[in-house]
Amino acid sequence: MAQPFAKKDDDRDEEAEYSPFLGIEKGAVLQEARVFHDPQLDPRRCSQVITKLLYLLNQGETFTKVEATEVFFAVTKLFQSRDIGLRRMVYLMIKEISPSSDEVIMVTSSLMKDMTSRTDVYRANAIRVLCQITDGTLLGQIERYLKQAIVDKNPVVASAALVSGIHILQTNPEIVKRWSNEVQEAVQSRAALVQFHALALLHQIRQNDRLAVSKLVTSLTRGTVRSPLAQCLLVRYASQVIRESANNFQTGERPFYDYLESCLRHKSEMVILEAARAITELSGVTNRELTPAITVLQLFLSSSKPVLRFAAVRTLNKVAMTHPMAVTNCNIDMESLISDQNRSIATLAITTLLKTGNESSIDRLMKQITNFMSDIADEFKIVVVEAIRSLCIKFPLKYRSLMNFLSNILREEGGFEYKKAIVDSIVILIRDIQEAKEIGLLHLCEFIEDCEFTYLSTQILHFLGIEGPKTADPSKFIRYIYNRVHLENATVRACAVTTLAKFGAMVDSLKPRIIVLLRRCLFDSDDEVRDRATLYLNTLGGDGSVAETDNDVKEFLFDSLDIPLVNLETSLRNYEPSDQPFDINSVPKEIKAQPLAEKKAPGKKPIGLGAPPTAPSAAVDAYDKLLSSIPEFASYGKLFKSSAPVELTEAETEYAVNVVKHIFDHHVLFQYNCTNTIPEQLLENVTVVVDASEAEEFSEVALKPLKSLPYDSPGQTFVAFEKTDGVPAVGKFSNVLKFIVKEVDPTTGEAEEDGVEDEYQLEDLEVVAADYMQKVGVSNFRNAWESMDPEGERVDEYGLGSRESLAEAVNAVVNLLGMQPCEGTEAVPSNSRSHTCLLSGVFIGNVKVLVRLSFGISGQNEVAMKLAVRSEDETVSTTIHEIVASG
Amino acid sequence: MAHFSSSHDLCPLVKNILLLDSEGKRVAVKYYSDDWPTNSAKLAFEKSVFTKTLKTNARTEAEIAMFENNIVIYKFVQDLHFFVTGSDDDNELILASVLQGFFDAVALILRNNVDKNEALENLDLILLCIDEIVDGGMILETDASTIAGKVASHSIDAAAPLSEQTLTQALATAREHITRSLLT
Repeated sequence: MAQPFAKKDDDRDEEAEYSPFLGIEKGAVLQEARVFHDPQLDPRRCSQVITKLLYLLNQGETFTKVEATEVFFAVTKLFQSRDIGLRRMVYLMIKEISPSSDEVIMVTSSLMKDMTSRTDVYRANAIRVLCQITDGTLLGQIERYLKQAIVDKNPVVASAALVSGIHILQTNPEIVKRWSNEVQEAVQSRAALVQFHALALLHQIRQNDRLAVSKLVTSLTRGTVRSPLAQCLLVRYASQVIRESANNFQTGERPFYDYLESCLRHKSEMVILEAARAITELSGVTNRELTPAITVLQLFLSSSKPVLRFAAVRTLNKVAMTHPMAVTNCNIDMESLISDQNRSIATLAITTLLKTGNESSIDRLMKQITNFMSDIADEFKIVVVEAIRSLCIKFPLKYRSLMNFLSNILREEGGFEYKKAIVDSIVILIRDIQEAKEIGLLHLCEFIEDCEFTYLSTQILHFLGIEGPKTADPSKFIRYIYNRVHLENATVRACAVTTLAKFGAMVDSLKPRIIVLLRRCLFDSDDEVRDRATLYLNTLGGDGSVAETDNDVKEFLFDSLDIPLVNLETSLRNYEPSDQPFDINSVPKEIKAQPLAEKKAPGKKPIGLGAPPTAPSAAVDAYDKLLSSIPEFASYGKLFKSSAPVELTEAETEYAVNVVKHIFDHHVLFQYNCTNTIPEQLLENVTVVVDASEAEEFSEVALKPLKSLPYDSPGQTFVAFEKTDGVPAVGKFSNVLKFIVKEVDPTTGEAEEDGVEDEYQLEDLEVVAADYMQKVGVSNFRNAWESMDPEGERVDEYGLGSRESLAEAVNAVVNLLGMQPCEGTEAVPSNSRSHTCLLSGVFIGNVKVLVRLSFGISGQNEVAMKLAVRSEDETVSTTIHEIVASG
Repeated sequence: MAHFSSSHDLCPLVKNILLLDSEGKRVAVKYYSDDWPTNSAKLAFEKSVFTKTLKTNARTEAEIAMFENNIVIYKFVQDLHFFVTGSDDDNELILASVLQGFFDAVALILRNNVDKNEALENLDLILLCIDEIVDGGMILETDASTIAGKVASHSIDAAAPLSEQTLTQALATAREHITRSLLT
């Protein structure tokens, strides 16, 4: 359908700029929309105007409320026309405008008429439009038609109803759930897409019923699914059932594995990929199970289609993280992908090779990568750098060639993120590989000689200040650092002054020379630099006075702060100026859950480069405020720790309850967060009756009921327990929710006078040892460890029995103790037979605890562990052993 | 995993379908996900996708790239750039089948004269075509001839029986009508 202003006779120059919508203007088009009101409708002209309106919306133009309403009303007039083309444009327009509920009424009857029309096109589209714009109240009226449509013999109509059902299920599940029978019938449809849509809807209807899903998968995997898309869904559902039932099938054959394997021979590539990926993602997958999946993926690697190569290499890359040996067969195909036109594929191939490569192939691989690095974008380079970093940790002996590679690329052009990734990697190598320290620090020194990023310069200077003095010959770094004082901006200069002072404080032989250098800084043009120089000269005794400085001061200036900076910042912000000075001890030391990105790259947490990134401790502060505002609990003292919420009900039950455990010195307080999900009910006097018969060391002391719990507005009720001092009392509590329930009239929203007492069984709750431990990290574990009294150390050995893997054992112990893993030691390199994990935390009573765990795994997966504990209080060290022994 | 997570998580979903010109300007776009809540967020996404894919050769086979947590499958012809975006944990080949369906359907609708001018002149058909491929993120149909068939059947005058008029004829008569209306 050409546009009316398509003037074909424009000259050539304008032809290049030509567009049928050139110079289009909203106001003018809205004027044009008046033709919708003509008594003699011209369908073609109306279609054109709608196209123009849609064009405007598509370009990001917005209509005001009034404009949209006007257009909508005008468009409703067009239902008079019997032109199919125009009607389709009307449908499209109504969906784009998304009218408000009182406007929807205007078109409801027209659409309902179309829904029952004999023309398939009308039926299918009217269903889609109506289901999209309606708000649920109308569903009751059209439900009958929708059920019919699901089993309509025209696949387009059936699909329209099924897809609409999927959307409605999100808002009105109870209605859609009544269509089960029809949907089930549609699953058997001969039309491929209908089968796909029906299967998706049926699964969503039943998704909370594990048994039903399992039955569905069992019956369909026997082979009636024709559509490749539906087959992909079935693969997903099957692997979900496998995941859910993982515990019941520890021995013997895995259910549905045969089905997944048979899908590897499906004629459609998307099904093969889906099945191969599902197999590689099975938890605890064995090599025998993996092999057929790897084989088909290997075939995909040499496909002519980039999408297929990408999918295969991406999957293999993931497999290489956990099962590097299984992927080595593909190495030759993988190497040829390094020169792939698509740089994503090439990067994935390289990083896979880096994961699967062995010690002998590294040098050859590095040569190939060097050529490759010059022609990829920064974001890919970062991925490669990260892969090299983990490779180096895996093969420490190869540090020389890898470090050389890193320092070479550090000298080349690159953006900030890329440079930062390289610097971070070098820092980690320095930290983890003793031999690499000196050479790595020198590379960093060379880098800051010509570094355009202030942030990186200051970070490196700070790191030098910590690591430099510990090397064999600290003096050779001084020149690089002092050069910064001459050549850089004020921020870097100030940082260099601090670093110099650290050398002076830690290396006595250098002190006189450092003092000379610092004196020169007294004449700097910047206040901060001069201030720092003066301060440090004073501390180091360079101003002629006695060099007997308070140890505290020295510690404060030169040791790292053991308080998370984010927490310090929050506390300082909350501090209101008063007579009371700010007390640094009041800053919470608890490290909140690390952001997800950190978990993905455990080795990324640098010890020297800034403080570990932490999320704000807003939750603890909020709880503290909430609890101290309740008089009953105000006397319990300072809140030691609050757990994450523990769900006590299944999802989608009548009442949703979760509990937060608050730990005080002498008390434990349970905060039950309750939500009433039934609109027809009002709950009053809500309490939780706790049976503590399996928690002998606790006695209930207080209870704070919730007066009223209306629909969908969460409220809290509390139960407080007193516990024996000193011991980390543990126990199991069973909970019953008690309340008075009153019926609510849905139309008026008023509750009835009389209520009935009722109760609701909740799941059990446990207080465990980890609840008494705050996750508090230390920035330098070795320093902290050595500063603790070795006399109070408690060491013992434990057999952990047969474990799935070393990583799983480490994880179990870390979770049991609830401590903060330090320096990325919670990550266990795959295939390693032994591992050391460092933990730190603060135990109740504010006792600092450090733990060194050494694990070893035998050929039969028997894990043994040596546990060494140091703490400020020997009894706490003993307690930690008791926790492990009883866990 | 204690609970089945809700909503469509196991279902392949399309986050957007984009048809841009050779300068990265919109010809037709449709978003199904809330990942880009504002028009400027959408434009920024289009710009980054366009510039990053510009230099690749996606004219014979569909190509693929990753953007943050998304997979973008794309293919170019003449001065038109076709894109389909999905989540990065989805099956690339399913998304590729959506792109291929879109791409081939447009070629059918435009009778192989696939370029920006032709697309804009038939924008109504392009929009209907997108509407037939995906509904609220759910894949409706990926077979190009089925899609084109559904779209084409609507552009024909309701008065004329479907069999008696081919798409080309319909367009020809349409043009004639319009020229006449311009002249009068």
